[in-house]
Amino acid sequence: MPGLEDYRDVVGADTLDELRLLAGRLVGRSILNVNSTAVGGGVAEILSRMVPLLRELGLDARWEVIKGGEDFHAATKRFHNALHGAPETVTPADYAVYDRTIRENLPSLNLDADIVFIHDPQPAGLVQMRNGAGRPWIWRCHIDLSRPDPDVWEFFRPQVERFDACVFSAPAFARSLPIPQALISPSIDPLSDKNRELESGEVKSIVDRLEIPTDKALVTQVSRFDRLKDPLGVIEAFRMSQASGTARLVLVGGPADDDPEGAQVLAEVRERADGDDDILVLCLPPTSHLEINAIQRASTIVLQKSLREGFGLTVTEALWKGKPVIAGSVGGLPNQIGHRHSGVLTHTVEGTAYWIRHLLKEPGYAKWLGANGREGVRQNFLLTRQLRDYLLLFLYLEGGQRDFIRLPGGTE
Amino acid sequence: MKLARARRPFRFFTRLCLTRLTGLKARNLEELLRHLEAAPDPVIYQHTYRFLRRHQYLVPEPPNDFAYWVGNILGDERLGEQLAAVDTIRFGSLEDLKRALVEPIRRHVEGRGNGTAVPEGKEFHFMQAVRFSVPTAHEAQDLAGFARCLKQVSPSSLYLHLFESLLRPPPGVNDFSSWLQGEVDEPGLARKVSSLDPYTHTLEGLRSSLITMVERRLEEHSHAGA
Repeated sequence: MPGLEDYRDVVGADTLDELRLLAGRLVGRSILNVNSTAVGGGVAEILSRMVPLLRELGLDARWEVIKGGEDFHAATKRFHNALHGAPETVTPADYAVYDRTIRENLPSLNLDADIVFIHDPQPAGLVQMRNGAGRPWIWRCHIDLSRPDPDVWEFFRPQVERFDACVFSAPAFARSLPIPQALISPSIDPLSDKNRELESGEVKSIVDRLEIPTDKALVTQVSRFDRLKDPLGVIEAFRMSQASGTARLVLVGGPADDDPEGAQVLAEVRERADGDDDILVLCLPPTSHLEINAIQRASTIVLQKSLREGFGLTVTEALWKGKPVIAGSVGGLPNQIGHRHSGVLTHTVEGTAYWIRHLLKEPGYAKWLGANGREGVRQNFLLTRQLRDYLLLFLYLEGGQRDFIRLPGGTE
Repeated sequence: MKLARARRPFRFFTRLCLTRLTGLKARNLEELLRHLEAAPDPVIYQHTYRFLRRHQYLVPEPPNDFAYWVGNILGDERLGEQLAAVDTIRFGSLEDLKRALVEPIRRHVEGRGNGTAVPEGKEFHFMQAVRFSVPTAHEAQDLAGFARCLKQVSPSSLYLHLFESLLRPPPGVNDFSSWLQGEVDEPGLARKVSSLDPYTHTLEGLRSSLITMVERRLEEHSHAGA
């Protein structure tokens, strides 16, 4: 696994110097991260890289995963959809199984840390058991809370208010809360298998192995088979664009451990694409990072036609590979893409179809969008920037929550 | 010719920021005006200086958040243009900068009312910057050392000393120019550095320009001493 020094060529020595300088003020602090899945999904991916780097910087970082049965994951999936604002039926039994699972996890979790970082709603209830006043508990919310189901939010709100601060991925996700709310965008790891540079021969051999023909331009969406990612809308937009003479649509995904709805959506997508040689549906295991990397690099256009979105790390990945991206104007996606500057934002199937056609016909413009998108990611959405923001948040909470904080060592 | 040692070394700092969400948002011009008038310095900083820094990889870059939202999201191109013309780095304080932003919006609202409102999801979200002043290990004792440091410091450090320092007295003088003029007797170089424009260069472009200016001056010293 890469160490900090391995990032020097990508982010620059100055970025590493800044990280060491900030971490130097926090050496020895214990940082506990808790989430609900060890593999699959953006949170697990970020934590698998973030925790070792925090340790290398001298912080005592740990990562714990809460355990739950199928009923717990089904309930929290419904909470997840409802908090995103999607229509969902949540029953009293869902709340009961949530509370019970949180209680059942307590004996096996060591929550003793200088800073406790709880990721997403699944483990948020642990805050009821916090002890050690003065040690900050932070709720890291990765989902779009801009239009939550009122009942589900009312269940979580009192718990969120017991934290010392919360962190959101986009400005629109902020709620009216009595605790500080920070904006920290998630990030991608430029050295991970999913994002590292690949030789063209490596790309070709992987794409060949997956039996993806490259005789036509590839228009690709990479995401879980989830209704909120609108895979059926993607198929409709592709067909409407009439690009099938020159392009092929590739829908790539794989259900995560905590997403029981995925198999059902995948079946619907396969049924809709059935018989169309220009639409490929691939369900890959959650560890297929290199394969995803190669597919994105082999693509001419990358889509992310989400109806709701947290931050949308698959978009960050595609932008980092210099690809022109057409994305739904939802959640954190407008934070990553300046419309017609570093990608394209759309609101409808028709708009997506129009831009697929346009970018296929204007490769020069598509290339320019892709180059701007990559530079935007380099500056704002790589792992080292997120690491820096977390260190700043810790210093902010330790430093009395002031608007201007001078680190010792002189005056500007 | 031996380079003069600076009377005081130049110590490089850097500016790092954490963004706080205020929960305040505007759907139309009246709401934008109301929240902007009440906004404290950290909010103004976030949507002007911080915005400029975050978008420095685009050329020409959008000048401030308010102009971008009014022109591109709200769709009022005329007012958007007026706000884009407010030159962030030409004000001696964030309060003065705020007044310059408020004025065209107020005139617009008084003359034409609220205008349209944006749909849900397109609101302007007010945020505030928590600023950290971070000392770096880089320090220049003379002009040659200054050039070496310029090659190593972060873009955020360059931005702080070139542009954000204009908010500190003396008015209109950045840290680099102030040091070049006051500590190493280089008034000509100080003037050239003052003329650098954040809107038409990326920060890496500005770094190259700065290094070229300083190295040319070092060559002149070298020829004068030969």
